[in-house]
Formats: sequence, C-alpha cells, structure tokens
Amino acid sequence: MAVNRNFRTCPSTGLVYHEPAEKLIRWNAVAGVVSLLVGGILALLVTLTRWPAVKLLPPDWFYLVLTAHGLDMLVFWIIFFEIAVLYFAASTLLKCRLATPRVAWVAFWLMIIGAITNNIAVFKGDSSVMFTSYVPMGAHPLFYLGLILFAVGALVACFVFFGTLVVGKAEKTYNGSIPLVTFGAVTAAIIAVFTIAAGAIILIPTFLWSVGLVSHIDSLMYRTVWWAFGHSSQQINVAAHVSVWYAIAAIVFGAKPMSEKVSRGAFVLYILFLQLASAHHLLADPGLTSNWKIFNTSYAMYLAVLASMVHGLTVPGAIEVAQREKGFNKGLFEWLRKAPWGNPCFSGMFMSLVGFGFLGGISGVMMGTEQLNLIIHNTIYVPGHFHATVVVGTTLAFMALTYFLIPTLFRRELMFPGMAKWQTYIYGLGMMGFSVFMMGAGTLGVPRRHWDMAFSGAALPHEFPGTAYLMMGLMAVSGVLAVVGGGMYLLNTVGSVFFGKKIQTPGFVRVPIKEGMAPAPVPAAVAPAGHGTIGIGGFVAPGTFVLAMVFLTSFVLYYFVNWKYLSTVWPLK
Amino acid sequence: MSAIQSPAQRVWWKQPLDRVEGTWIVIAFVWCMVMFFMMPYWHVYGKQNLSNEAYRSSPEAFLAKAQAMVDKHTVRTVTEQNIPVVHPVPGSDVYLVARLWQWWPVLELEEGQTYRLHIMSTDWLHGFSLQPENINIQVHPGYEHVVTMTPTKEGTYSIICNEYCGINHHTMASKLYVVKPKKS
Repeated sequence: MAVNRNFRTCPSTGLVYHEPAEKLIRWNAVAGVVSLLVGGILALLVTLTRWPAVKLLPPDWFYLVLTAHGLDMLVFWIIFFEIAVLYFAASTLLKCRLATPRVAWVAFWLMIIGAITNNIAVFKGDSSVMFTSYVPMGAHPLFYLGLILFAVGALVACFVFFGTLVVGKAEKTYNGSIPLVTFGAVTAAIIAVFTIAAGAIILIPTFLWSVGLVSHIDSLMYRTVWWAFGHSSQQINVAAHVSVWYAIAAIVFGAKPMSEKVSRGAFVLYILFLQLASAHHLLADPGLTSNWKIFNTSYAMYLAVLASMVHGLTVPGAIEVAQREKGFNKGLFEWLRKAPWGNPCFSGMFMSLVGFGFLGGISGVMMGTEQLNLIIHNTIYVPGHFHATVVVGTTLAFMALTYFLIPTLFRRELMFPGMAKWQTYIYGLGMMGFSVFMMGAGTLGVPRRHWDMAFSGAALPHEFPGTAYLMMGLMAVSGVLAVVGGGMYLLNTVGSVFFGKKIQTPGFVRVPIKEGMAPAPVPAAVAPAGHGTIGIGGFVAPGTFVLAMVFLTSFVLYYFVNWKYLSTVWPLK
Repeated sequence: MSAIQSPAQRVWWKQPLDRVEGTWIVIAFVWCMVMFFMMPYWHVYGKQNLSNEAYRSSPEAFLAKAQAMVDKHTVRTVTEQNIPVVHPVPGSDVYLVARLWQWWPVLELEEGQTYRLHIMSTDWLHGFSLQPENINIQVHPGYEHVVTMTPTKEGTYSIICNEYCGINHHTMASKLYVVKPKKS
C-alpha cells in the first residue's frame, strides 16, 4: 500500500502539514471541543447547585452531573486535545509524515467509543461514583469498560506519536535534535504510557469486580494505584501545557528558549519525579507510614516542583529576551507592557502561566505537605487547587492555542475576532476567582463533592459560618462568569470551524514529498552567540527575575502562614 | 532557533547556562530543600502529626469494641433516634464507627485530656472532618486507624463526612462535645 506523502505548507505560518495528520489533528481537536461543550453545560449545573442561594438540582442528579463533568472535562476534553497536540508536535513541527495513519484512526475511534460508553453508563444513573470511582462503591461495568477502551485508544495514539518520531529520524526530515516543544510532547507521551499502565492495573480488576469475577478490591490499594493513574494524568497535562506555552512564545514572539539545556533538563525532571507525586493524595490515609509519605510527596525532594519553577521562569524569560531584542529594552517591564495583550493567543497563554503558578502551584505544594494536608484534605480547597492547575493552566493554554490553530490548521478566519480578544480574560478571570473562592471556603471546612452545606435532613447538622456561605456564593458567581467565557470560546471555535470564512490560497496544491525535507545540515557556530547588550546588570531578563522573586515571596509567606494555622489545631499523634 | 524549531546546535546540552536561570535554579532548589525539611522537622518539634498506627480489622470486630464502650460509658442520648452520647475515661481507647450515613456513637471528651481515637468504616469510604477545627482524615473500611487526639477547648464541635458516600452523604453529620474535666 502506498504511503501518503502529501504535504501542504501554510502560507501564513510556514508550517507544513501532512495530509492524514492534518485530518487527525482536526478530528481529535473537534472531539475534544465537543467534550468541552458537554462538560461545560454540566459545569454550569454543578455550579448552580453548589450556589447555596440557588441549589438547582436534587442530590441524585447533582452527583450524576458532577461525575460526568469530571470525566468529560478532565479525561475526554483534555486527552483528545492532547492527542491533537502530540500529532502536531511530531508531524507538523518535524515536517514529517505521521506514522500509520490507519492505526491512528483506530485509536481515535476506540477513544470515541470509550468516551460514549462511559457517558452512557453515567447518564443511565447507576454510576454516580465520581471521577475517582473509589471502591467499594461500585459503578455499572460499562463505566469501567468505557474508560478502559478510551485508555487503550490513547495508548495506541501515543505509540503512533513515537512511531512518527522514528519516521522523522529515519527519513531525515529535520536536522540535529527535535525542537523543544516536541521534546515537551515526548515528555507528556512518556508520562502518558506510565499513567495508562497504572490505569490498566487498577481499572481492569475493578471492571472484573463489577461483573462479579473478582470478589474483593482493597480500598487502600485501589486509592494508591488509582492515583498513580489519576494524578499522573494531570502530569501529562502539565507537560503538554508547558509545551504549549513554549510553542505560543515561539509563535507570537519568535522566542527562543533561554537555554535549551535548562528547559529540556526541567522536562527530564518531570519524567523522573512527577509520578511519585501521586502519593500526596494519600496523606490523610491510614496504613501508610510517614516515611513513605514524606519521601514520595516531597516528589523525591521536590525535584519536580523545581522543574515547574524553572519553566515558570524560562517561558516568560524567553519572551522578555525576544521583546528586548526587538527594542522594548527600557526599564524592567517595557517588554511586558508592550506585549500584544489584544492577541488572545498571548493573553490566554500568559494568564495560564500566572494562574498556574500563583494559584495552582503554590496551593498544590502547600496541600502536598504531609502535615498541612490535615487541614485541607477533601475540603473544597482541593477542587479550588485543581481548577487553577487544570482549568486555568491546561484548558486556558489549549484555548489560546486554538486561536492559532483555526487559521493555520482549519484554514478559516475567526468568526468573532472581537469576542476572542475578551474571551480569554473573561474565562481566565472567572476561573481564577472560582478557584480562589473555593480555596477560601475550603479553609473554612466546606467539604467537596457535597450536595448541601446546610446538611438538610441530618439529625445533628453542622452550621457553617456566614463567611463560608459568602465564599460559596462568590465562587458560583465567578463560575457562571467562567461558563460565559467558555461559551464564548465554544461559539467562536465551532462557528469559525464550520461557518467561518475560508482562507483561500491561490494555486494551492498538496506537494507529494518522497523522502526527507531537511535542508543540508549547517555546521554549528563555534561559540554560541550571546544576547548582546540587552537587559540590566548582566541579567538578560531582569523583569522576569523580579516577577519570579515576587512569586517566591508569596510562596514562602503562604506556606508558613499555613504552618502557623496548623499549629493552632488540636494536637494529634 | 525558536522553540518550535530544532536547536541551532546539535549538542544542545553544551549551550552555557544563562545567568538569570542559574541564579533562579539555585534559589528555587534551596526553597525546595526547606520545604522538604519542614516535614521531618514537624515530626520532631510539631504537635500535629497524623498517626501511623493502623490495624486491619473487620466490621464485626470493630462494632463489637464500639458496642462495649457504648454499654459501659453512655451518659445520655440525643435526637429522636436516641443516639448514645459516650463519655469515656480520659486516656482510654475510644471508638468511632463511620457507616452509611452516620457517625456512631456521639462522643463527649474532656478538655486537655488525651484519647486514643479508633476510627473505621464498616462499609464504604468516608471522610472524618472535625469542624470548625478543620481536621480531616480519610476513613477506610477494614483499616482501624488509631489517632491520638487532645481537645484543647471546651465546646460543641461537628464531625461531618467529606468523602462522597452516596445519595445521603450530606446527612452524615454528628457532634463531638468537649467539656471541662470533672472534679473528682
């Protein structure tokens, strides 16, 4: 069978798309956005139910909708989009044909069937077990089966990605090493393989248990292995959205990594240490020793946290250097003031970076500390934290990337460019508020995954202080704002992709390419070129450094405030 | 070369470190070490550490121990369901059963006294959440967790469930009374 070697070059960006890869990237992205649409409607219902003044749904529907919201957002939306990013990072950035497109389609349809099966199980009403599906609470067998099929599809897609890297190397479509963004995508894919393996180890026995073939599954064993899947899948997101940050910095500013060594080294730290982090979900569990908890949650001495702190500096640092070289070299922050704040691609990415670091990062490290976890475990602080990492961090970064992909990948003009400018702000600020108010309510003890903070019908109800109700109200208002921002994104994306004005390129043809496309290798410069005369006091990115110090100060203060707070609660041994 | 192109030098790891990056890596690394050492430090000098003591148990065995305590130390009952309120001997072993959708029995402890609180679920996962102290512990079926606890101030506290446990999860709430020590 002949291999399809047809490519097209995007006239505006110069990117090269392999015909089958282009189609697969589009379809995976569309499947992701459809999941986001479903998950977004469910998000509104969840928010309106947890708004004490509204309390929209009855409890059975609330738990059903919350389960579906978690799965559609955290699994289906994000992973479909990530597969699109993987194919883009391999095929498009390496100017390489995608390996085995047919297998990639099998992967796609497995994921679709899995996602639909899982959703059917949830909406039937007998699988409201939440995203985590902790045993011994059982779901319908189709619930687990759907997840397993989806995971198998995602695993196959990862191997198509690895295969494409091999093809690129063999057919010499690029010179030297792979680009940094592709390197980040490799990181994400390696973590994905580990994650899916862990998922299989726990979900397959649970599926067998649900059909009666396995008699007992230990709840602590389940939580331990499940989180190797559940938390690691969030690390795929981190690796993927950090890659997207680098990509957007490169696309919008032509930014180069400050040094390849540091950025790539930080990705390697993710591969080596992130998986251990899943232990921080078990800090309040019996049956595990403190030594085990401390070693694992310190992410083997916080080396993965270090990696995120490095990316948090090098991404804006690379932007600062690029801006200064363009002439925005005055003072500390001219480069930032004169950044294209009206470009949703940049504004979305920058808010993702700031929100992920300040809200998601700091809160995550705080609650991942063995003793501090006692004062927030299972409160609504936890979803507050992960909405800052996964939604402000990952989803907002993916949204920002979409505004770049619509013209270059889908060849359509944005339907509402004015709306796009505002969308990232409305969504980003709404979501940041949502996270902050959840964290506020969590420090007052409001539980997560809970239908009624007034405990109606309980024999001995607890009365939360008025501030907690205020926090939950503010959370809901911010949540509604974020849903509006999400709706604007969906309207613009779906509208543009299906009804937007086509971008016509005169004389457009796909060019068949037989073998590699890389130009003849150029010998590397003897000494690497320096950054010239930009920056202040020998620092090429002083503004970023100042921002990093602001970040560190907030981190240190917040961290010790929580120790102070812990020291006032009842002594425990 | 930008981040979406191959690096200019094939051997990218020989590219020298930028000064901003080098400085930041050192600072961040030091901070990570501080955070790491805080945990062992608190085990030695801090007063709030979650116990590592846990035993495998069965619902029957655990319920029997809780029942024995209730039979011996019940001082009164609360609500129409006559939930027993237990006032155990300070320093003794105290049992708290988590089950759908109830904490059983209600405990009355003395201020400033230390108790060995045994918590276990007899069915699904539950979450022990003491309010407004905001102490939160995961409760597993089959794992009897022994937490040594010292109430510091008299008052009426609540124990709520903060691990989703089904349709009536929101009704799983109870009280914990802390009283001044009895003069004897």
